[in-house]
This record gives sequence, structure tokens and C-alpha cells, in this order.
Amino acid sequence: MNGRKSVDQAAAELSAETQASVYHSTKVTHEKRTKLLFDQYKNPDQLRQWAGEVKQHVIDNLDSYLPAVEARMQQNGIKVHWAATASAACHTVLDILVARRAYRVVKTKTMVSEEIRLGRFLQHHGIESVETDLGEFIVQIDKDHPSHIVRPIIHKNRREIAQSFEREGLGAYNDDPKTITMRAREHLRHKYMEADVAITGANFVSAESGRIVLVTNEGNSRFCLAATRCHIALIGIEKIVPRDQDLPLFLNLLGRSATAQELTVYTEFIKGPRHEDQLDGSDEVHVIFVDNGRTDVLESDCTEILRCIRCGACLNVCPVYRQASGHAYRSVYPGPLGAVLSPLMMGKRLFFEKADLPKASSLCGACHEVCPVNIPIPDLLLRLRNRAHVRGVAMEGSPPMGAWSVLASQPLAWRTALSASRVLNRLPTDLLPIPALQAWEQSRALPEWRGGAFRKWLAERRRPS
Amino acid sequence: MSLWSELLEFGEPPRPDYTISDRDQILTRVSKALEKLPNRALMPLYDSKVVIQHSVLAGRDPVEVLGERMQRVNTKLFPNPAAIVTYLESQGWLRGYCAPALWRTFKAHFGPNFKVELHFESRRLDDYQFSITLAGGAIAETGTIILTDEISSSRLSSLAPWAHFAVILREDILLDVPAGIRALGLDRSTIWVTGPSKTADVEGILIEGVHGPGVQGAVVIEQRVK
Repeated sequence: MNGRKSVDQAAAELSAETQASVYHSTKVTHEKRTKLLFDQYKNPDQLRQWAGEVKQHVIDNLDSYLPAVEARMQQNGIKVHWAATASAACHTVLDILVARRAYRVVKTKTMVSEEIRLGRFLQHHGIESVETDLGEFIVQIDKDHPSHIVRPIIHKNRREIAQSFEREGLGAYNDDPKTITMRAREHLRHKYMEADVAITGANFVSAESGRIVLVTNEGNSRFCLAATRCHIALIGIEKIVPRDQDLPLFLNLLGRSATAQELTVYTEFIKGPRHEDQLDGSDEVHVIFVDNGRTDVLESDCTEILRCIRCGACLNVCPVYRQASGHAYRSVYPGPLGAVLSPLMMGKRLFFEKADLPKASSLCGACHEVCPVNIPIPDLLLRLRNRAHVRGVAMEGSPPMGAWSVLASQPLAWRTALSASRVLNRLPTDLLPIPALQAWEQSRALPEWRGGAFRKWLAERRRPS
Repeated sequence: MSLWSELLEFGEPPRPDYTISDRDQILTRVSKALEKLPNRALMPLYDSKVVIQHSVLAGRDPVEVLGERMQRVNTKLFPNPAAIVTYLESQGWLRGYCAPALWRTFKAHFGPNFKVELHFESRRLDDYQFSITLAGGAIAETGTIILTDEISSSRLSSLAPWAHFAVILREDILLDVPAGIRALGLDRSTIWVTGPSKTADVEGILIEGVHGPGVQGAVVIEQRVK
């Protein structure tokens, strides 16, 4: 995924067209969301705070919630599996498929399956696994990666999509979005009917009833679960809410935060295998609780990020995401949430690989303000920056701060440096042999040095007139 | 260093791993991480009714609210069963499915040019241009149709045809989302439908009918014709 380029390198190389479309669609979604929340509620912030507290309560008590939800699901006739790692999760899926002699799978969009690279794994084992969310389907046929957790192809335009459809034999070139969508409809409905097994994620799981809640706008998860006889749900261990009566709060915030809807079009509540009177649907329901780095997060000082309900609001509002798009983060989870979650999920040993991501933020705080579960993302970014510093992770592009800290802690030296630095205005700064400064100046220009102006102003202000 | 701590330290164990189950591994790590917490966050005391949009409901007739909210999400609310049949005829959609429980309610309205089946054959799902099924209820606040396994024995019939019409009994209309959650009961699979199937994946342009119905309709009736 994007090699080892830093976020600003990736942003600099992003085509103007992609950048404009990412910027435009994130901005529109964000503005609609704000209007919807503030038009309808006197104090929407209160809702976010409650939702955050509920999820934090669950995370702090996962040791009792996990066994409880397992027992409840088993009572409902669901088979519960556990997978500590990505590979364990993939193999558990494969074991279920093999036992059923199933070789055709339809999938809904699930971030967990992206994490564990399930699609590639199944293909490698000779299983046809079809993504049914339109965006994910296009990602799949292009062998690409999603660049947004709710809008996987926010980085593609209709002409690219039309070319992909033509290449895949889905009809002659036509870039009308309606035609593209209807061709996908025709193609995918036959895939549902041929498939043996449906693989989904879960948006929420109620500990009280063991109910799995799935939301989609397209209706693809309903089609998957109506047309096949076996349902496998991949669920991160943090997805639990305590009671059914907590669902209205979360459904309300998820729809509004993700796509500015009061409710997502299709909201499904799955309690177990079908009743014998029901013609359509699963005889077998398997739940796989996936860890894959989540317990590493739980051991860290950033457990708040486990509240995340994957709405994408922080991506949409983030000035860095808007410039850089999702691939720049080299991770399944991009944007502010990804800058926290992705390095943590690497585990202690591989943290350094993504330790640069928390720096891809101006700490403006917009992500915290929009987060439906009130995650203090800027604080977490700072904790992770500190973690990288403490562990001495070397980072390209970071200016050395040693000299600065000596200067800044000695008032006299600082004052002298402020006025002396006026010489910068006459120097060709882009030629100075400081790599970090050179990289920075490639796409930006330093403003004129006005060091000392504030001190001067303050001193004059204090003088009695 | 014990095998156990090695497993923790070096991440992925080889598979199959018979030394310790993934379940124990996960739960042990969870407990270990939580042990260190000085305080655990308490469940906040909040009322799940806080999400209700009282200004929308404001003591009005639930059917009126339902109609208004359905319009916002592009679900067509018809005044009566006959109006649905007239609409179908105007669109030229003559082949479809009607749930057996509703046949007596609709039978008289279908002209001889209609071909309506009372059994939904999923292997011929493209043969049905429309379907009419009985809903488990509706949520007025959000303009949502509730479809349950208990009420409808065919999930595909309400999903696969281009146009779906849900028949809602007036007494089954719930006011708000929390009431909808309370009504889930023992149903194995309930789905709330708030508008037609839609996507905005291509350049953010809204297109309806991506997998499920492109036309979502509903009608409220006092009672079924038995």
C-alpha cells in the first residue's frame, strides 16, 4: 500500500483531479452532517458524550462483556469462534467453508476483512469471493485498496470506473453513473444466488440479546443473507453495546455522522439462524470474534480509539485527509482515526513502521469535535508522538529539535536568536544544507522573518501612556 | 521465557496451534490489560429516549408523520391499495408477486392484464417487476418500514423486484426508534427499510435501486380483508 512514502509525499504526488474530488465530497458530507445534527437536536454534543461513555464502559469491561455476549449468541443458535490474529481469522473462515464444501462466497463491506486481507486469502485457496458493495466491488476488480472507510472509491472518477467495467466484460464503455450502477445490479444479483456462504461484518452487537446489527444503504447485506444458507460474521472484539436500548443512540449517530442520514436505509437485526418457516436465509450463523491487534490497543494508553464506530466523520473533516486522500496512510484505516489505530494495531514490535502517521495532523481538533463517540483524537496523536519519541523511532523529514530546546529554555539566548535570525530574510533558505528544510521548501515558501515583533509590541503596550 | 510469553511477544503463533486456544489467548490478554486500570468507566445514566425528535412527532397523527417522513427518504406512501395498482399500471409493471395474506385485499384491483403470483420463486427473481408484502410495522419518526421474518416468509420477495410495496396495518405503526427497538422481540431477522436501495459510490451521485428496490412504496390500511 503506497510503499513507505510519508503522508506529505503521498499528498504532494496526488493528482489534482483526485485531490479535488476527495476534497469536494468530504466537505459536502461534513456540512450535511452538521446541519442534520444541529437542526434536530438542541444539544447534539450531549449525545456524542453519552455514546462515548457507553463505549468506554464496554471497553473497560470487555473481560465480562465478551463471555456474556458469547453465551447469549450460543443460546440463540449462533456458533462462536475466536481469532487472535489475522491468519487465525482467515483460517477459521476457510475451515467453515471447507466443512460445507462451499467455494462461492458473497461479501459485504467489512473493515475487519480488509484488515485480515480475507479476499486475497480466499482467492489463494481457490474460493470465489465477490464483494457486493458497489464501491468495494470496483476496488476488487481494480485490485485496488479502499481509500475511505465509508466511501471506498472516493479517489476514483466515473471514467476510470467505466473503463474497469468495460475491461471486466460488464458492457461497452459507458460512464453514466446510473448505467454503471444498473450493470452492477444485474451482475451481482446472480452472484448472490449462486453463492453458498455470505460473509459480513457487524456494526454493533448487543450483549443483552446477542443481536448482530448490520447497516447498509445498498441492501447488499440483506441480499447476501437472504440468498445464502450460511452466514459468517467477522466482528472486532470492541463492537459490543450493552443493551438493545442503547442501539437507538448509536444508530442515530452512525447514520448522521457517516452519510448525513437520520437512519441508514437498511438496518438489520440478526438474532440467529432462520426459523424453519422462513424460505430464505441462513441455517448456520457463525460469528468470529477477531482480535488482530485490538488487545495491543487495550494494553496501551490509547484505549479510547476502540470506541470508534467507523463512521468516517473524522476523515471527512480532516484538513490533512482532504489533501492527502486515504492511500497516503498506507493502512486499512486512514484519516485521523487511522493515524491512531493503525500504528497501535501493528503491536509493540512493529509500531515503528507506522509511527510517522500521528504526525500527519495539524492537531486542529476538528476530528474530536465531530466524533460521534467523543474520541479525543488529538490527545491520542500526541501520546503516540511521544511514544515514538521515547522509543527513539527515527523519522525522515522530522527537523532536529535539540538546538531549539537549548535556545527556548534560555531567555537571553532566545532573545538574541530572535533578532539575529532576521538574517534569514536575506539567505537563500532553500539552499541551506538542512534536509528537512529543503523537503519542506519544495512545495512551500517560508514567510518573512519577523522575530521579536511580539515582544516589542508587548513592551510598548505595558508602558503607561 | 515461557512459551506463553513468547506467544505474546512474537505475535502470530503458527497454525494450527494446539497449545492454547485463541479464545483463551484473547480473554487472557483482555483481562491482563484491564487489570492495570485504576478505575473502569461506569455506564452513563441516560435515557434512550433522548434521541427522539420530539419536534417531528409533537402530538400529531402517526400516519401523517409517517407520510411526511417517508417523503423525505423517497418512500412513496399511497392512500389505498387501489392507488398502488393504478401506479403499477401507469408504469407498465404488470408482472409481480403478492403475499398470500394480502391477496384478498388486492385481488379486486388487479385487471386481467396483470400476472400476479402468490408464491415467490427465487430462481426466477428477475421475472417479478414488483412485489407486495405485509410489513411487521413502521416507525413514524424516521419513515421506516419494518419487515420481519415472523410476518413474511420470503426475504427475497421484498428485496429483489424493482418496486416493493409494504402494507402496514395502522395499529402496527410505532412512534419512534426506541419503540422500534423494543418491538424486536424474538424475531430471528428483522430489517428496517428507510427508503429505496441506494448508493453514492460513483462520484457521490445518488443512484437508487443498486441491489434492492429502486422504487419503495407503502400503504397504511385499517385491516386486512380476511
